Amino acid sequence: MNGLLLLIPIALSLGLLGLVAFFWSVQGGQYDDMDGAALRILVDDEAERPQVQP
Amino acid sequence: MNVMTRLAPEQALIERDFAVPDIRCAGCISKLEQGLVRDARIRSARVNFTEKRVHLAHTADAEMPDLLGAFTSLGFEAHPIGEGPKDVDGEAATSKELVRAVAVSGFAMMNIMLLSVSVWSGATGVTRDLFHWLSALIALPTIAYAGRPFFRSAWRALKHGHTNMDVPISIGVTLATALSLYETATHGAHAYFDSAVMLLFFLLCGRWLDSVMRDRARGGVTALLRNMGTGAMVVGADGSTHWTDATALQPGMVMLVAAGERLAADGVIVQGSTRIDLSLLTGESAPQDAALDDLVHAGTLNIEAPVRVRVTAAGTDTAIADIARLMGEASQGKSRYVRIADRAARLYAPAVHGLAITAFAGWMVAGAGWHEALLIAVAVLIITCPCALGLAVPAAQIVAAGALMKRGVLIKDGSALERMAEIDRALIDKTGTLTLGRPVASNLGEIAPEHYPVLLALAQMSRHPLSAALTRDLVAEGVRAAQIDEARETPGFGVAALWQGKPVTLGRPQGPEAGSELASELSLDGAPVALIRFADALRPDAVQAIAALKAQGVDAMILSGDRTAAVAPVARTLGLTAMTGLSPQDKLAAIARSSGAGHKVLMIGDGLNDGPALAAGHASMAPGSASDVGKNASDCIFMGDRLMPVVDTIRMARRIQAIVRQNFALAIGYNVIAVPLAFAGLVTPLVAAIAMSGSSLIVVGNALRLKGALK
Repeated sequence: MNGLLLLIPIALSLGLLGLVAFFWSVQGGQYDDMDGAALRILVDDEAERPQVQP
Repeated sequence: MNVMTRLAPEQALIERDFAVPDIRCAGCISKLEQGLVRDARIRSARVNFTEKRVHLAHTADAEMPDLLGAFTSLGFEAHPIGEGPKDVDGEAATSKELVRAVAVSGFAMMNIMLLSVSVWSGATGVTRDLFHWLSALIALPTIAYAGRPFFRSAWRALKHGHTNMDVPISIGVTLATALSLYETATHGAHAYFDSAVMLLFFLLCGRWLDSVMRDRARGGVTALLRNMGTGAMVVGADGSTHWTDATALQPGMVMLVAAGERLAADGVIVQGSTRIDLSLLTGESAPQDAALDDLVHAGTLNIEAPVRVRVTAAGTDTAIADIARLMGEASQGKSRYVRIADRAARLYAPAVHGLAITAFAGWMVAGAGWHEALLIAVAVLIITCPCALGLAVPAAQIVAAGALMKRGVLIKDGSALERMAEIDRALIDKTGTLTLGRPVASNLGEIAPEHYPVLLALAQMSRHPLSAALTRDLVAEGVRAAQIDEARETPGFGVAALWQGKPVTLGRPQGPEAGSELASELSLDGAPVALIRFADALRPDAVQAIAALKAQGVDAMILSGDRTAAVAPVARTLGLTAMTGLSPQDKLAAIARSSGAGHKVLMIGDGLNDGPALAAGHASMAPGSASDVGKNASDCIFMGDRLMPVVDTIRMARRIQAIVRQNFALAIGYNVIAVPLAFAGLVTPLVAAIAMSGSSLIVVGNALRLKGALK
C-alpha cells in the first residue's frame, strides 16, 4: 500500500507531462503542416551550413 | 547567430498569407523559403505544404506587386489570401478544440484503465475504494472538459424540441458518471468511469476525423481560388491610372482592361476594339468581337487588345450578381439533405432510450431495488451507445478522401461523398468540362517543323492567351527557342522581331482566309508562311470516361450554353444527347425536371453560368480550371486534364456506402448480442470496455480497406 502511494502519483504525473507536451506542440503549430514536415527532412538548410563548418 | 541580430526588426512587420498552388515537392519548399528572403524587404517566409500556402512577414514598404513579383521571379504564381470570413475561423477553432478533447480523454482513458485493470484482477476493500476514488478524480474533470462538444449539441437539439445522436450520449455519460460516483461513495463493486471516458474518446475521434477532413478540403479550395477580376485599373480625370477594388467601382468610371485580364464590372467600350472570351459566363466557346459602344460583362476575359470600358453596372447590379442570387435560391435544397449518420440517429436514439427505460421498469416490476434497476439501465445505455456508429462514417470517409486526394480530387465534406453515391444521372457542361476550356493549337502537325523554334521564340515574348497556348504546346514537343532580337509586342496585332537579320512576326492573320476562327499567323520577311489554328480540344480521356460512366449505370447528357454547331461534334464523338444554347436559368430548370422525375443528378460544370446548376444538383463537381464561383458551388474539384477522376469519385463514393453499410450491420449485430446480456444484468464494466473497444477497432479496420479501393 505504501508503494502505491508513491507509484500512483508518479504514474499520473508522467501521463500528465505527456498531455502537457502534446498541448504545447499543438499550440506551437507542429501539426499544422503534416505533409510539409515529412518533406522538410529532404531540404538542405543552406543558411545554417556555414555556421556548422567554420 | 549574428544573422539573427542583423535581421532584428527595427520596424513593424506586416504578415500576409499567399496561396501558391504549384508547391509540389521538397525542392519547392527550400526554393521559396530561401529565395523569398533574398529580397531584403521580406523578413521571413514559411511554407505550409499541406495547404499550399506561404506565410510572409515583410516590411511596410513592400507593396503587393513587389511581393507577387518576388514569387514570379522564383517561377511560382501566388495569390494573396484575404482575411477569411468570421465563421471560417470559428470552424478552425472547433478542430483544435476537438483535438485537445481527444488528447484529454485519451490520457484519462489510459490512466483510468490502469486502475480498472487492478480492480478487475481482484483488488478488494480499501484498495478498490481508493482506485475508484482516483478514477473519479481523473474522470470528472475529463468528462466536464471533453464532453462539452456533445453536451452543447445535445442541449441545442433539446431546446429546439428534437433529438440527435448526442442526446443519448450525453444522458448515458452523465448517468453512468453519477451512478459510479454513488457506487464509489457507498463502497460498491462496480464503477463505470472507464466506460464513460472510453465512450467519449472513441466518439471524439470520429468527430475530429470529420472536422479534419473539412479543414483539409477548405485549405485546398482556398488555395485554388484565383481571386481574379476583383479590381481594375481606373483612368482618372487627369489621365493617370490607379488600381481600384471591384467593390469600389462606380458607374461612370473608365477602366483600362489589358489583354488577358478579366473584367471587374459590366460596361460599354469607349475606346479600342477586341475579342471577348465569354466561356465562363455563357459557355460560348468562340470569342466574340467587341467594338466601340458594345456592352461587355463582368467576369468575361479580354483576349486580344487593351480597351477602355465605361462602367455601367458594378457590384450587386452586374450579370454575375444575378447568378449569385440564383445560386442562393438553388442551394437551399441541398442544405435539407440529412446525413446518413443523422438518419441512423433518428431511429437509434428513441430505440436506445426506450430500451433503457424498459430495462429499468422491467427490473423494478421483477422486484429488484431501484438501485439495481438503475445500474442495469445505465449498463444498457452504455452498451447501446453508438460508439462504433459514431466512428463508422467518418473513418470510412476520411480514408476515402485521402485516397481520392492522391488522384487529384478534393472533397469538400463527408455529405458530398454520401450524395455522390446516390446519383444515377450526370448532366455535363461542355466548354471547360468535357473540353479543356483553353485554346490548343489544332494544326501544329501541318506546319513545317523548321518554323517551330522561331514560333516558340516569338510566342514566349507575349502574354496573349494564344501565345501562351502555343508556348505550352511547343515546349511539350521539346522545341528549343531560336535566338531573336529587338522583339516588341503591338497590342491588338502581335509580336514582331528580327531573326537572322530578317523581320518575323506572329500575330493576327491579315488574309481573309482566317475567317472568325481563332488563329495566328507567322510571317517571314513580310510573307505569311504558316497559319496556326486554335480550338478548344476534348479532354484526352473523355470518351473512356463517358463509357465508364455508362457502365456504372449513370446516363450522361450535355447541358451547354454554347451554340448547337459547336456542341454537335462533341456530342457525336461521345455519343451523348445534348441541350444547347441554355441560360443559367435553363440549366437550373433542366436539373429540376430530372430531379422531379426521381433522378439524383450529378452536375459537372466550370463556368459562372453553371454556378446555380452546380448548387442545385444532388451532387456536383468542377474541374480545377473552373471559375471561382464554380469551385465554390461544387462539392468536389478534380485537378488536371483528365476526366477519369469523376468516374473514380463515383466508384469510391459507392464503395464507401457499402463499407458504411457493413459497419452499421456490424454495430447492430454487436448490439443484438450485447443488449440481452445488459438486460440480464450481466454486463460488468469489464465486459462493456471489451465490447466497446472491440467494436470500434473492427469498424476502423473495415474502413481502412478503402485505402486500396481505387487500385
